[in-house]
Amino acid sequence: MQPVTILGSKAFGLTVGRLCHQLIEDHGDLAGTALIGLQPRGVLLARRLRIELKRILGKEELEYGELDITFHRDDFRHRATPPTPSVTQLDFTLDDRKVVLVDDVLFTGRTIRAGLDALLTFGRPASVQLLVLVDRRFSRELPIQPDYVGKWVDSIGDQRVTVEWKESDGKDSVMLHVSDREGRPVPPSRRSTPQP
Amino acid sequence: MSDQLSTEHLLGIQDLTPEDIALIFRTADGFKEVLNRPIKKVPSLRDITIANLFFESSTRTRVSFELAEKRLSADVVNFSFSGSSVSKGETLVDTVNNILAMKVDMVVMRHPDPGAAVFLSRHVDARIVNAGDGTHEHPTQALLDAYSIREKLGKVKGVKVLIVGDILHSRVALSNIFCLQKLGAEVMLCGPITLMPHHVSSLGVKVEHDLDKALAWCDVANMLRIQLERQGGDGITNFPSLREYAMLYGLDLDRYRRIGKDVVIMHPGPINRGVEVTSQVADHANSIILDQVENGVAIRMAVLYLLAARIPR
Repeated sequence: MQPVTILGSKAFGLTVGRLCHQLIEDHGDLAGTALIGLQPRGVLLARRLRIELKRILGKEELEYGELDITFHRDDFRHRATPPTPSVTQLDFTLDDRKVVLVDDVLFTGRTIRAGLDALLTFGRPASVQLLVLVDRRFSRELPIQPDYVGKWVDSIGDQRVTVEWKESDGKDSVMLHVSDREGRPVPPSRRSTPQP
Repeated sequence: MSDQLSTEHLLGIQDLTPEDIALIFRTADGFKEVLNRPIKKVPSLRDITIANLFFESSTRTRVSFELAEKRLSADVVNFSFSGSSVSKGETLVDTVNNILAMKVDMVVMRHPDPGAAVFLSRHVDARIVNAGDGTHEHPTQALLDAYSIREKLGKVKGVKVLIVGDILHSRVALSNIFCLQKLGAEVMLCGPITLMPHHVSSLGVKVEHDLDKALAWCDVANMLRIQLERQGGDGITNFPSLREYAMLYGLDLDRYRRIGKDVVIMHPGPINRGVEVTSQVADHANSIILDQVENGVAIRMAVLYLLAARIPR
């Protein structure tokens, strides 16, 4: 079965723009706030947000970092092969900063759990919020909820949500794959739009 | 690109493929970043217990392994020759099996006998990391040396590496030769003929007995320690005197300046200052001796992490 497009290129841009304005609503000009993207795919959203926020606010620099969570995962030795690390780029302390953690898809919550663990090795932030492009509701395995959501998607286990980026994949889109990896169809999902 | 080691133990560089070495380096890059965080600790190995068995004296390697283990959150037990049951006549396999009975998953071992690590891996049920077995291999030292060259020069392939000194007694030299060759570097050995092993012609390396000529050839000079403890006590038999050795094969600032290019200086430690290198050379801007020590922890974390990943739950 063909994957279903949840966000096309135009809607994608609007959604990223809205997330920026929500951040500005809560954090003002983002002084004292650090944007941290999670490796490997969350950094693509974080980089886009950084560019957009700088443009909207007319600022030269924002506090920004990229965080790899490989060594903090809870599935080491549960997998066939060990996860290999990506790059962490975080050259300031997080003490007393307001941190916004950024990832592309929130699913079980385990990546965010590891992300929080990794984050706290860089200091003691004043607060941590979570921003995601896609929230796959009802599939959480840990009590973790996002503060900012681009799009809610209701999907079941075997289905997959993928995010493509202009920078790395040639176009911006969010897709729901309703067949599993072997190509067998799985029941269609209910989809919903963000609530105000 | 492989993401799993091809081996269950680290007994020697000879068992590793170039892909294994690349994987260890990639993983070490991640750990090197961890070591620069305010909190230098990750939870990856919190369910693993590691025994450090040192049947031969060591400071740097032992501290380096122990720090690597602790920064991975492993539980660590230390065991050394002096004051142990080994001095009461217990065999190696019995000693290790007694330790393993206390639910130990990995063993890091240094032993004076070549092949001790290989022997142990065949007779006990634990992952073995060779931290030096007699004059045979010292794989983590070779990995950290090659990693330090890669960091300083941006590559290892095609780099000309000179290894100077006591090749005969050096497990560091042998592991380095294997490792550098697997990564495509060129290796030359230099030292008195009495400190060259008989099998030198089978190693596929260049040999030069004139240090000045050798230095002119190389990009990197690894100045090995003269192993005074392996030369037969006070009556040193393999060369006339330390003073003569220092004159012929030691690197001082005058000799270094005469090379006329920025040769990278390495030393596996501990340095006999004034013998292999003088203080001015050891502390020179082109010396990466302390970088080697720093990288040692990241490399050992990578090795332990990748080996632990292969332990079934």
